[in-house]
Amino acid sequence: MMGIYSIFNNLPALLVVVPLLLAPIAALLPVRRLAWLLTLVGTGISVVVAILLAGITATGLRITYFLGNWPPPWGIEFVVDQATSLTILVMSVLAFFATLFAYRAIEREIAEKDIGKAYAAWLLACGGLYGLVMTADAFNLFVFLEISALASVILIALGAGTDRRALIAAYNYLVIGAVGATFYVIGVGFIYAVTGTLNMSDLAARIPDVQSDSIIFVGFGFMVAGILVKAAVFPVHIWLPAAYSYAPSAVSALLAAIATKASIYVLARIIFTIFAGVPDVTALALEWVLIPLSLAGIFVGTIMAIYEADLKKMLAFSSIAQIGYITLGLGLATQAGIAAGFIHIANHALIKGGMFMAVGAIFLAVGSRVGVETMRGIGRKMPITSLAFLICGLSLIGLPLTAGFISKLYLVRAMLEVDSYVLVGMVLVSSALSVAYLWKIVEVMWVHPAAVDKLEIKEQPALYIPLWIIALANIWLGVAPSGLVSAANGAAGALLGSGG
Amino acid sequence: MPETSPSLLTDNWNYLVVIVLMMAGLFIVISRYNLVKKLVGLSIFQTSVFLFYISVGKMENGTAPIITGVTDTLYSNPLPHVLILTAIVVGVATTALGLALVLRIHAAFGSIEEDEILAMKANDAMPRARRAHDDVGDAR
Repeated sequence: MMGIYSIFNNLPALLVVVPLLLAPIAALLPVRRLAWLLTLVGTGISVVVAILLAGITATGLRITYFLGNWPPPWGIEFVVDQATSLTILVMSVLAFFATLFAYRAIEREIAEKDIGKAYAAWLLACGGLYGLVMTADAFNLFVFLEISALASVILIALGAGTDRRALIAAYNYLVIGAVGATFYVIGVGFIYAVTGTLNMSDLAARIPDVQSDSIIFVGFGFMVAGILVKAAVFPVHIWLPAAYSYAPSAVSALLAAIATKASIYVLARIIFTIFAGVPDVTALALEWVLIPLSLAGIFVGTIMAIYEADLKKMLAFSSIAQIGYITLGLGLATQAGIAAGFIHIANHALIKGGMFMAVGAIFLAVGSRVGVETMRGIGRKMPITSLAFLICGLSLIGLPLTAGFISKLYLVRAMLEVDSYVLVGMVLVSSALSVAYLWKIVEVMWVHPAAVDKLEIKEQPALYIPLWIIALANIWLGVAPSGLVSAANGAAGALLGSGG
Repeated sequence: MPETSPSLLTDNWNYLVVIVLMMAGLFIVISRYNLVKKLVGLSIFQTSVFLFYISVGKMENGTAPIITGVTDTLYSNPLPHVLILTAIVVGVATTALGLALVLRIHAAFGSIEEDEILAMKANDAMPRARRAHDDVGDAR
């Protein structure tokens, strides 16, 4: 077995090492086209590696990689099982298409001399997030969390080229994110003090034997609270709307698609792997914290989106609601619930990645911040972009034959399984509410006539081709969801099975 | 921890320092409007966590973990100390990036007081502010 898989055993390391090595090269390259090409190659390699990993783990195999060949309780370990590989696959595919989109978008929005550095931060963010998902060491996780966070802060701050408020957004994200990460470290400190290990499976094995319940409880609380900040779960989401709406268009698409997803995955790992041995503690947190917060986030995010006039901010608020759906699925803590959460991780990445790309394309064509008023008549001026936006939007609402419908279907099914009819009702009501803000845009796009003084608007293939691929993926996953569903079921099984 | 530890204050004073620093740092982050002061608060908050880890790793009467051949030596746990070395690096990077952002914010808004900047954001039409000296920026 070692012979066949020895090359594959190094795959997890490649996923982190390739972006981290390419990043400084991209920063030094003087030609922006080359820096972009290097980034595209880097993210492309990640997609290939992710597909290989998904292929290997689909059989239920669990890949472990020892960093520096130090075996686990001493060394740091990367673990890739079905849950990991699904998350990595979603992230790397979206990162690849966001990079395709970035070529035109970044050259328009970021000063020429900063473009190489922007791509360096882009690669660092991707590499950091992949590491975050794969690592099986509780402290190493903090390091990856900060690598990706600092790189994201740089990317958001680059939005200052078009809107100086991006600097404030980046600063707030830095401070709030650092407080969140430090909370996580405090939690790890408590757990380490009573278990003496940092390896996740080791922790899972030792935590049930710890006599002092209160230390476990405090440590768990700090860890979860810290990650909730990073995952932008209501009410610690306040950094997200500004960060996503003032960032450059391509960065919004990248971060909205992959950044919070990695943190949500980490949240699932903490609850279902590390603390699997103390179900009374985690059940309490899920039932009284995660589920109520998810529901509150769904409604607050949706209602804020309805009243928001700025399109990127509207999408960011809607992200908070969608994150609520994912954590709601995880909060059910059943096989079906977690599978629904993973299905929505993939689908929401596609939906929001696509929508932010569309708004970015409109922003670049119109040349000003995209508000509802700006969208007047855009449906006729930019038919290709608008149609893709509409497809992603319908997917967001959850119309049949789109990916969003599959998410809602499995989420509702998981809730019916545990007889929570109240939750089902709330999900349906909130879905209906999300029609309100989407209709507001669709109406001005097609029904209202275009403003007369608008100049000729051209659509660029470099912008709408990646957008349309994402939009078609939304339809494809809505029509033929069986592959994703079985992968998500496998992921849920791997998550619940490991450590328990 | 020795069995006879009646005094919470004297035996756990390092943890008390951790708690005081932690609360002070977090309070500064939340309550100050000055962006540099916020970063100072963040650093204090992170430092309290460093101290917490180091306290956990230290054994009473323990020495550095170097094998000397003498049996029955009590060693301190080096792992938390090494972890904190990493965390310090991360903390320095965070502070550096934060300060760089504050510089850019000052260049773009002409102020590093959060409340003034928020007031400016409401008035988007305002030109890029170059009024660092002629307003009430340092009245606080």
